[in-house]
Amino acid sequence: MELSFTARNVLIGATLLGGLGGMLGSFALLRRQSLLGDALAHAALPGVCIAFLLTGSKSPLPLFTGALAAGLAGALLILATVRWSRIKEDSAIGIILSVFFGIGIVLLTYIQKLPAGNQSGLDKYLFGQAATLVVEDLQVMAVLGAIVLAVVLALFKELKLLTFDSGFAASIGLPVRRLEVLMTLLLVVVVVVGLQTVGVVLIVATLITPAAAARQWTDRLGAMVALSAGIGAAAGVVGSLASATVPRLPTGPVIVVVSSTVLILSLLFAPGRGLLWGLLRERQVASRIRRENLLKDLYRLGESGEGGDGGDGEDSWASWPDLMGVRGQSGGELERSVRRLIAAGLLERRGDSLRLTPAGLEAAGNVVRKHRLWEVYLTRRLDLAVDHVHRDAEAMEHALSDEAVDHLEEILGHPEVDPHGRAIPPRRQLRERRTA
Amino acid sequence: MASTPARDPFVLAEERRVEPAPAGVPPLPAVEVHDLTVAYRTQPVLWDIDLQLPEGKLIAIVGPNGAGKSTLLKAMLGLVPPVTGWVQIFGEPYARRRSWVGYVPQRESVDWDFPTSALDVVTMGVYGRVGWFRRPGRHHREAALACLDKVGMRDFAHRQISQLSGGQQQRVFLARALAQEARLYLMDEPFAGVDATTERAILTLLKDLRSHGRTVVAVHHDLQTVAEYFDHVVLLNMRLVAAGPVATTFTPENLQRTYGGRLTALTQATEALLQKRSVEGPPNPGQEPPWS
Repeated sequence: MELSFTARNVLIGATLLGGLGGMLGSFALLRRQSLLGDALAHAALPGVCIAFLLTGSKSPLPLFTGALAAGLAGALLILATVRWSRIKEDSAIGIILSVFFGIGIVLLTYIQKLPAGNQSGLDKYLFGQAATLVVEDLQVMAVLGAIVLAVVLALFKELKLLTFDSGFAASIGLPVRRLEVLMTLLLVVVVVVGLQTVGVVLIVATLITPAAAARQWTDRLGAMVALSAGIGAAAGVVGSLASATVPRLPTGPVIVVVSSTVLILSLLFAPGRGLLWGLLRERQVASRIRRENLLKDLYRLGESGEGGDGGDGEDSWASWPDLMGVRGQSGGELERSVRRLIAAGLLERRGDSLRLTPAGLEAAGNVVRKHRLWEVYLTRRLDLAVDHVHRDAEAMEHALSDEAVDHLEEILGHPEVDPHGRAIPPRRQLRERRTA
Repeated sequence: MASTPARDPFVLAEERRVEPAPAGVPPLPAVEVHDLTVAYRTQPVLWDIDLQLPEGKLIAIVGPNGAGKSTLLKAMLGLVPPVTGWVQIFGEPYARRRSWVGYVPQRESVDWDFPTSALDVVTMGVYGRVGWFRRPGRHHREAALACLDKVGMRDFAHRQISQLSGGQQQRVFLARALAQEARLYLMDEPFAGVDATTERAILTLLKDLRSHGRTVVAVHHDLQTVAEYFDHVVLLNMRLVAAGPVATTFTPENLQRTYGGRLTALTQATEALLQKRSVEGPPNPGQEPPWS
């Protein structure tokens, strides 16, 4: 694809900004300073206006400087408010953000009523207008970007420790306050770099969205920072190319839409942390519980078939309707559980009847053991009434580990029956029966 | 560069060894607190604390909620500025003794969802030795692994820290302090909210440290275990109530003065104390010189 000169400028600028924002945004996200970035962006607006009023110039350097100065002033005011008054940080951020932004809008309106104001183009700082990027802008961006990158690389270890545990960092002699000011300074720089491209209102998205997306995919800070920078840069590329090909498509908002899409996909599908994985895990647990319940039901049917003495019913076959009657689950669910248990060698099927294999009997006895020991614990130690403990034990039998239940048995002095008078199968007996 | 084998974290580095005091000169206290007053804004939290903590002991800082226990620890570390007074570590201001001190903050003071592994957290303990702009090398990482081993967490080295239980997280913090290879360890509630396995592991570690001549000062909340776990105790309630060997200082009268009317805590501690005495017999004052 042949890119025009302007489109090439936009591409370079948006990619630079996306990468820088993603990199620094990772630290802002982990330091819970997402809103600070937003406040700094809004605080920069009056700086741009004042710089224009003072110099009458539209060239990037004075406007950058004005934005930088105002952003820093906003940041310092937030820090000072938190330190010297009883106002908390979130309120301080809200106050500074709105006060500075209000002043900025007033100045902007005033400038646009000036004879020269119409051509000032300052309104692009509100929502960004990447197409106005000139080579001079890109040079300033590149220099500032290189400085930020160099600082993050050189101080990576220190910034990591500061972000994770600032108390410990201070105890080993890191100048915590100065590093925090440095981080805020870097944040201001990146925000100012992005103002012209993405604008005051949306710039925070280039900081936080790639970082939040990257966090879903990795548990290493270095990987997160790199990935976040990559996602930000890629969103910059896609955003600028889209606005170059489709007429009247604004670059900044498209960048934000692209990175937000990446974030949503990450939240849904990232391995381990994604919502989909949570659902999958939940389903796995539910299916394990169904299988354990089936084993237990078979065990108990065997017990009652033999007069209820200690599960000697391994020879008895349980019929399909009997099992469905125990806990009203659908035939399909039951069939799935049965197939998995047969495959695991815990169950055998003859026509319409099922029975536990010796291994299955041990597994089933273990579930019953947990259930009944927990009932004993609740009635003896927590003084719960006998008719109140079954439901709780239904849940705990799937959650207790083997070690925990052995420990429980010891504490309770190896009881032989549960509060309802049914036998608690000892682990040793279960194992012996299987090997016999 | 060939990697040197990881040092045993219990063997003290050359630069942190001091000559034993000549005969007749009293040994330097591990920590000396002189006339210390600390305030948050205008609210004083510690008043006129004077304290000398001897080297080579396990020392508990005990007192009710809001007594300033953590603040005292942070003042020793120079993390909170004093209004008056000063703190010295082995006879020098903290800033000149940083590398002699290991710090275990409260577990709740950090976000455990931070993207990092147990080994990485422990490696932070060597950052003070690595210095600015440099990355920890392989021998640093091996030293960190050895420290994880000491707290029984080697198998969890590459786990993300949010996947560890509370007790395991506490042990990671202890391993990080071990990696600092300090003479003096300052710990903020190391036993708070941990499981029985971790409690035993920490206790073994503390005794190991003591047998290697290290000093441990720990904020402790469980009055029932003070006498069993520690040699010395500092009783604090904004002012210093008493400090000295457990046998002579951890008395019902001193506890009464520390806790005032909070009788439940008092009764528990007294019971625990009486139980211990009935098992061990009365404390022998000749065995341990009184100390303040």
